[in-house]
Amino acid sequence: MAASALAGTPENPLRVAIVGAGPAGFYAADHLLKQEDVVVSVDMFDRLLSPYGLVRHGVAPDHLKIKTVTKGFSQTAMHPRFRFFGNVDFGRDLTIDDLKGLYHQAVFCTGAQTDRRMGIPGEDLEGSHPATSFVAWYNGHPDYRDCRFDLSQESVAIVGVGNVAIDVARILCLSPEELRATDMPDYAVKALSKSRVRDVYLLGRRGPAQAAFTNPELKELGELADADVDIPHSEAELDPLSREELEASGDRMLARKVEMIREYASRAPGGKPRRLHLRFLVSPAELQDTGQGRVGGLRLVHNVLVRTASGALSAEATGESETIPAGLVFRSVGYRGVSLAGVPFNERWGVIANAGGRVLDAESELPVVGEYAAGWIKRGPSGVIGTNKPDALETVTAMLEDARAGLTWQPSSASPEAVTSLFADRCVDFTTFQDWCAIDAIELAEGERCGRPRVKCGSRDEMWRALGRVDGRAAR
Amino acid sequence: MKLSAVLAAKGNRVFTIGPGSSIRDAIDTLAGNNIGALVVLGRAGEPVGLLSERDIIRAMASSPGAIQQTVADLMTSPVLTAAPDDDADSVLRTMTGRRFRHMPVVEGDSLVGMVTIGDLVKAQLTEFRGTVESLETRLLES
Ligand SMILES: Cc1cc2nc3c(=O)[nH]c(=O)nc-3n(C[C@H](O)[C@H](O)[C@H](O)COP(=O)(O)OP(=O)(O)OC[C@H]3O[C@@H](n4cnc5c(N)ncnc54)[C@H](O)[C@@H]3O)c2cc1C
Ligand SMILES: NC(=O)c1ccc[n+]([C@@H]2O[C@H](COP(=O)([O-])OP(=O)(O)OC[C@H]3O[C@@H](n4cnc5c(N)ncnc54)[C@H](OP(=O)(O)O)[C@@H]3O)[C@@H](O)[C@H]2O)c1
Repeated sequence: MAASALAGTPENPLRVAIVGAGPAGFYAADHLLKQEDVVVSVDMFDRLLSPYGLVRHGVAPDHLKIKTVTKGFSQTAMHPRFRFFGNVDFGRDLTIDDLKGLYHQAVFCTGAQTDRRMGIPGEDLEGSHPATSFVAWYNGHPDYRDCRFDLSQESVAIVGVGNVAIDVARILCLSPEELRATDMPDYAVKALSKSRVRDVYLLGRRGPAQAAFTNPELKELGELADADVDIPHSEAELDPLSREELEASGDRMLARKVEMIREYASRAPGGKPRRLHLRFLVSPAELQDTGQGRVGGLRLVHNVLVRTASGALSAEATGESETIPAGLVFRSVGYRGVSLAGVPFNERWGVIANAGGRVLDAESELPVVGEYAAGWIKRGPSGVIGTNKPDALETVTAMLEDARAGLTWQPSSASPEAVTSLFADRCVDFTTFQDWCAIDAIELAEGERCGRPRVKCGSRDEMWRALGRVDGRAAR
Repeated sequence: MKLSAVLAAKGNRVFTIGPGSSIRDAIDTLAGNNIGALVVLGRAGEPVGLLSERDIIRAMASSPGAIQQTVADLMTSPVLTAAPDDDADSVLRTMTGRRFRHMPVVEGDSLVGMVTIGDLVKAQLTEFRGTVESLETRLLES
């Protein structure tokens, strides 16, 4: 490759496209712009009009403090060599070939856009939903606004005991006052305030020591205004293998978690209107049909833990089973990445095929020049927001190393204007970071007017209107 | 964290060898790819053993003629394997406790990856750094 025109100087900056404006995208941008060795200019694209990915559409609407991480992201966005293009869907409005003509490198940070399946009978009965869509709905994701969840049901089951499952359970138990203290869109506050839900079951297939939720989230469950936590004594006690494992690990946080669960199990019912049943060592075997194609209950099999060859503890069915009533079921067994047109995908793990962030060719397993991945689409759907920072750093380190070696795309039109004229030709109406700041201010002002922290615009139309534009076309 | 999360950003390639291959070939593959161990696959593609650089060095130290032997002669067998759904923490504990540096990962009967102690420690460190990063952000913003 020609070393003569190495990009990365003030006259000829390394032009990088970041696809996806979630934490991974912003951390990657920050790493790229902060180092001074190679001069980089960043264009970031997102299919939504707004940035921040799951921080806006995943993080629970009552966890406002966690969302302050966006302050750092907006500082990155103010960098003179950074541009944001919202409402640009990679695959529809922009292709891999477009990127190759406009940039030296692209990094895909598109997260995990769908849900994992359980693979049991009845999974698709009416009333059974992936937690992903409920979360997106109550968080005002524009693609999920029209989802309907039957909150007239009294008994709800949530499969899985990760932090997402805990979020869903807590949101279902919030009192009307607690709901108003969130930044949910109005439609969600209204629907949840009228909810008739009384019993919420959280179902863990392994024991307390293997529960994926973290301690602060568990602690919150015990402090809800409107719901008592109920845990069967027998399920709160550790089996011998878990006890051995806990001792061997010396993990004090884990010991604390197990202790908290035992404490909850010993609580007497407090007479609150709702009950949150946390269950362990049960796996759903089947969602039962009411006879009208709707879910009415769940058949659970009881499990014991067994040690696998590698020393991990895994659930094995005992043959005993029970049935619990559930008119509404949320499957919270993990997210899954979606493939992007023209980018090699690893079906087994549901991620872009990569090694340490360098995209790999599906056949040769060798790095593909110019293409990178970071965040959930690189390593799968696990880890908190901050985990994406070291993750993005690994990817950016590889990008810069390759750029220094001249291993980049050779774009034919690497000017900043080339991409805007491409969108003009294609009639792609995009939002800028300034547009987002305007929407942000409107949402905050609406919150202030209603005595709430923020009221989210719940649809694309509402956002365009807030910007004084209609249907994605500039108003005169 | 599960092993699948560790494997996802490692690519699919696992270096393997047959039990009948020569130690010479094994050394070439190890050196050529800058790796520490090979998974030995049986006829049906199932892992039957693991051949590490240590296995080779140990054999050569006691008899330089070991280079004439086959993979089957020097490999560690049977081999302990893990599943993608296994918790990375537990597997790491097993590996440090039993002094294994490599753990092949199988799904059903097929080999789907290999994790090293280094991979697991790195993943743990990233997770740990992430938690610290998140806590710091919350503290600084409050
Ligand atoms: C329900 C839920 C709650 C969570 N709560 C917390 C929490 O409280 N605290 C915490 O620390 N962590 C939390 N997490 C974890 C955290 O959200 C993730 O670690 C993080 O968001 C992953 O970042 P990412 O950038 O990889 O993906 P994402 O945040 O998902 O961002 C991906 C972005 O890519 C965009 N995109 C996707 N496809 C395309 C396309 N084709 N073209 C253009 N753009 C595209 C999406 O619109 C999105 O904006 C939570 C996760 C979930 C699911
Ligand atoms: N407040 C926060 O910090 C916060 C909030 C939300 C999310 N997050 C993070 O985002 C990531 C994703 O969270 P998540 O909750 O989606 O995933 P997760 O933490 O991986 O939890 C998934 C849960 O589903 C269970 N499960 C998987 N397959 C199952 C099956 N077939 N049947 C029954 N149960 C099954 C798992 O049990 P096993 O362990 O037995 O497999 C586990 O309890 C996590 O890293 C999480 O910490 C953080």
